[in-house]
Amino acid sequence: MLQPGTEPTIAELSAEGRVGVSLPRCDVPEAPLEELIPKEQIRTDLPLPEVSEPDVVRHFTRLSQRNVGIDTHFYPLGSCTMKYNPKVNEEIASWRAFSGLHPYQPEETVQGALRILQSLERFLCEIGGMDAASLQPAAGALGEFTGLLIIRAYHADRGESHRNLVLVPDSSHGTNPATAARCGYQVVKVASDERGRVDFGDLERHLSDHVAALMMTNPNTLGVFEDQIQEVCELAHSRGVQVYCDGANMNAVLGICRPGDMGFDVMHFNLHKTFSTPHGGGGPGSGPVAVKSHLEPYLPVPRLREEGGILRWNYDYPKSIGRVHPFYGNFAVALRAYCYIRQLGPEGLRSVSEDAVLNANYLLKLLVDGGADKGLELPYPAPCMHEFVLSAAEHKKATGVRTADIAKRLLDYGFHPPTVYFPLIVEEALMIEPTETVSKETLDAFAQALLAILNEDPGVVKNSPHTAPVSRVDEVKAARELNLRW
Amino acid sequence: MAYLPNTPHLRAEMLSALGVESAEELIDRQVPGKLKFQGLLNLPAPLSEMELLEELERDAACNQPAGEMLNFLGAGVYDHFVPSAVQRIISRSEFYTSYTAYQPEASQGMLQATYEYQSLICALTGMDVANASNYDGATSLAEAAILCVSATGRRGIVLSGAVHPAYRKVVETYTKGLGSNIRTVPTPDGVTDPNTLGELLAEARSGEEPPAAVVIQHPNYFGCLEDVSAVAAKAHDAGALCVVCVNPISLGILVPPGSCGADVVVGEGQPLGSPMNYGGPLLGIFACREEHVRRMPGRIIGATTDAHGRRAYCMTLQTREQHIRRERATSNICTNEALVALAAAVCLSLMGKHGLRRVAELCLQKAHYAARRISELRGYKLAFSAPFFNEFTVETPVPASRIVSELSQEGILPGRDLSLDFALEKNGQEVLKDARRPNFLLLVCVTERRTKAQIDRLVEALSRYQPDSG
Amino acid sequence: MEFPEDLRYSKDHEWVRVDGDRATIGISDYAQDNLQDVVFIDLPEVGRQLQQGDIFGSIESVKAVSDLISPVSGEVIAVNEELPDAPEIVNQDPYVGGWMIVVQMDDPSEVEELMTAEQYREYVEEL
Repeated sequence: MLQPGTEPTIAELSAEGRVGVSLPRCDVPEAPLEELIPKEQIRTDLPLPEVSEPDVVRHFTRLSQRNVGIDTHFYPLGSCTMKYNPKVNEEIASWRAFSGLHPYQPEETVQGALRILQSLERFLCEIGGMDAASLQPAAGALGEFTGLLIIRAYHADRGESHRNLVLVPDSSHGTNPATAARCGYQVVKVASDERGRVDFGDLERHLSDHVAALMMTNPNTLGVFEDQIQEVCELAHSRGVQVYCDGANMNAVLGICRPGDMGFDVMHFNLHKTFSTPHGGGGPGSGPVAVKSHLEPYLPVPRLREEGGILRWNYDYPKSIGRVHPFYGNFAVALRAYCYIRQLGPEGLRSVSEDAVLNANYLLKLLVDGGADKGLELPYPAPCMHEFVLSAAEHKKATGVRTADIAKRLLDYGFHPPTVYFPLIVEEALMIEPTETVSKETLDAFAQALLAILNEDPGVVKNSPHTAPVSRVDEVKAARELNLRW
Repeated sequence: MAYLPNTPHLRAEMLSALGVESAEELIDRQVPGKLKFQGLLNLPAPLSEMELLEELERDAACNQPAGEMLNFLGAGVYDHFVPSAVQRIISRSEFYTSYTAYQPEASQGMLQATYEYQSLICALTGMDVANASNYDGATSLAEAAILCVSATGRRGIVLSGAVHPAYRKVVETYTKGLGSNIRTVPTPDGVTDPNTLGELLAEARSGEEPPAAVVIQHPNYFGCLEDVSAVAAKAHDAGALCVVCVNPISLGILVPPGSCGADVVVGEGQPLGSPMNYGGPLLGIFACREEHVRRMPGRIIGATTDAHGRRAYCMTLQTREQHIRRERATSNICTNEALVALAAAVCLSLMGKHGLRRVAELCLQKAHYAARRISELRGYKLAFSAPFFNEFTVETPVPASRIVSELSQEGILPGRDLSLDFALEKNGQEVLKDARRPNFLLLVCVTERRTKAQIDRLVEALSRYQPDSG
Repeated sequence: MEFPEDLRYSKDHEWVRVDGDRATIGISDYAQDNLQDVVFIDLPEVGRQLQQGDIFGSIESVKAVSDLISPVSGEVIAVNEELPDAPEIVNQDPYVGGWMIVVQMDDPSEVEELMTAEQYREYVEEL
């Protein structure tokens, strides 16, 4: 029996004989099943639930009401760029002229789609300061993987396969080292200096001719702009090392500066971050990769080429690293990003970054001014770019209240918590990225809430949330007593 | 419109609080002047929402969606009926504007839905555990091969030639950095022959690459059903694990690989409630035996309780993942295909036991009707004698490319010209040997959406091509 | 925080209890406190040969994973069979019930290189 406030699973709503779809009768002459398929391959038991459409819809609708999204809450998840998802993009993506396309239908019949993809490639190159792009990677991590494989192929082509190391800042997103390991590289950490930037000296020490690549993010995960980036890239290049840009934080620099101009050789974008496509509760995203011309031959195939006025998919790239997706990438996501860029234009994109930076700095000031005497600290000095990291370590020492508790209590105030315990180099970290699509009023309200929590009875905070659909979830039990299916 | 709620007045207030004149000032304190981009990016001028719609309508007009043609194309992406309720539910913005459940208390809806998805996939495939999704069937397959390598400590991967060619390419790329050796089992009869496989495995073992994984697709790329039990047995005899890549709709009728000895089951979940979307986003199904759960890539949702003892859900076994384990993670995947998995869960919930069976039966009967009628045409025959589900390969009297090109102008997509996959010497030789001429092979797919009249129309159109019609 | 006097400690927060040429090994109170609730532990098989500094297993909480690093060289002659099913013992009783492996030492003098309780306490306070 369920307790109040819980939802049964769909299996618990099942009753024999219910069906939630209606299907037409078979209009072709039917043959007995055993004549078409060997008897031993015919399934005798299919343990799926049987639920009517009204119950399915009510079930999932009620589940949606137990979920928080950008459309319901301010969602300042640092490093995720939870900006508003324009509804006109959803509208356009639903048109059958786009959603009803089969990847193998003749190119003549999909010129509209191909032109959109070609344009998006060009837009991303312009935004990133790069020369060529591929939209195949289905997410940022896959974009990173693609980029590193490209670098690997480049070195192999030049007889430099002995380069087996990848340098990664200690503040980096986890996908960076995970991806490097996936490519067969050994990962070496580079320290950050007291300004939160890559320690130039440490970097120099590590830049041997066994290094294949240096992976960086700019601004980095602390929200700090790597102002020596040009020197870093020059130094890396002088040692034969390629430099990869994790473009997750592009929201800070649209139209302001470009990774290609900083000296990066290859980068990926996160369309579901910077370019407003929805996060989907975890995905789908899209992680296109863009490169400078010396790396163009290694891009994944197929690539778009115009032949006699018709855009076609071309496989004639002998140095390509191959495929990272069975077709052409997440088309429906690319379509939304294309629409976003078309709507905003160059002026709009620049204003996005300006407001993203302004909002972040304003919120930072509110929190630092109000929270400093309550143990909320800023490890790296202002100003920040589009996001910033605070530490609640002193607050924890004074009250026993941890960042995790503060995060949960924010839910009671009607806010989704920021990213917590990342980056790893900051203790009791809170990583906050407001984005440009929130108003000053929202920022004021959020700051007020967070500062109020710092003053609250620690007992109340430690036992929060109090008003969410569930109270504190026992994650220890979930790991000790695995229950991964009904 | 750039969706900026702040006004010049509000900005002025914020700037004043910060003691600066402009956002530019804040930026200039951090970005060196020499790095700043001069002027505006060379992008088209902005459009209002109305103008954007008009512009995209022009692009849309240059597309002829397969979904509105007489579509017999399958080959990895399928034209199935999507119940209306699916789209309504995944359009709820509480779902689609949320992100990964880093704070489980805020995301019980998505977490529970994903737990239900995992459970439904286990029920469908006959496996013990499933993850919350991979990007697509191909990368799922690649991840499965990598799991086998990690589980066995061996590096050889044996792939059936009847696995989707694009999937094989993805596996190659994915395993490049890991020093794996991939061998292909030739499939001249359109299926993986267990004896041929056995020989190849024996060769691999005695060579330097003892096999970690044997990978087949079922139904395979040619549409044929594989003998999963026999293949799994051969794999296990050789000390390798067996990976089966499935079409989830076919599991409405076919015995699940979990009951045939499969160790990992992967597949493409797009047929479960998602439109074709020109090949993306897709849905990577991934399920395996309990003993491999700690090696599974991707997110996994677990059921637990909250502080009041009520049922609750959260991400679990996170220590496998990149955000904790970093370079020793089981995979680098972070963002996945959560919303597409939700669509699949809704679709499976609506169809249920009877609905899925019924859809599968309709596909089966219609495909066999089409195959019968086509093979009765002069100059046409089925390329392979193996049983099939809803796709089959036809030998054509004239090059398939010609048939595809001419018929598409009449609004008919007769299927996939297999010369596009196998005409390249290496690929064709490797898979088909000299048993078939790839230029004369057409892969035809029939789903429940095709009516008898449409199938008859296809047959009529095909009948115009005769062996001697040059 | 406990630092039993009769044990020796490594920089990686493992403790060693010496009995002749046998070393019983586990993780310290400081380590278990930092990890928080242990949910999973991966231990080696009996018979495994270890060098000082080798990774002999791993220990996981919900949000963190740590390598277990051997403070001495030798052969693993016993493994705590109770821990995999009840990893919480490591939190509850890190120095007795939470023992992980017993190693037959190749070179008992290696223990001299490890910290005393007092030295380890100071080391931990610096962190």
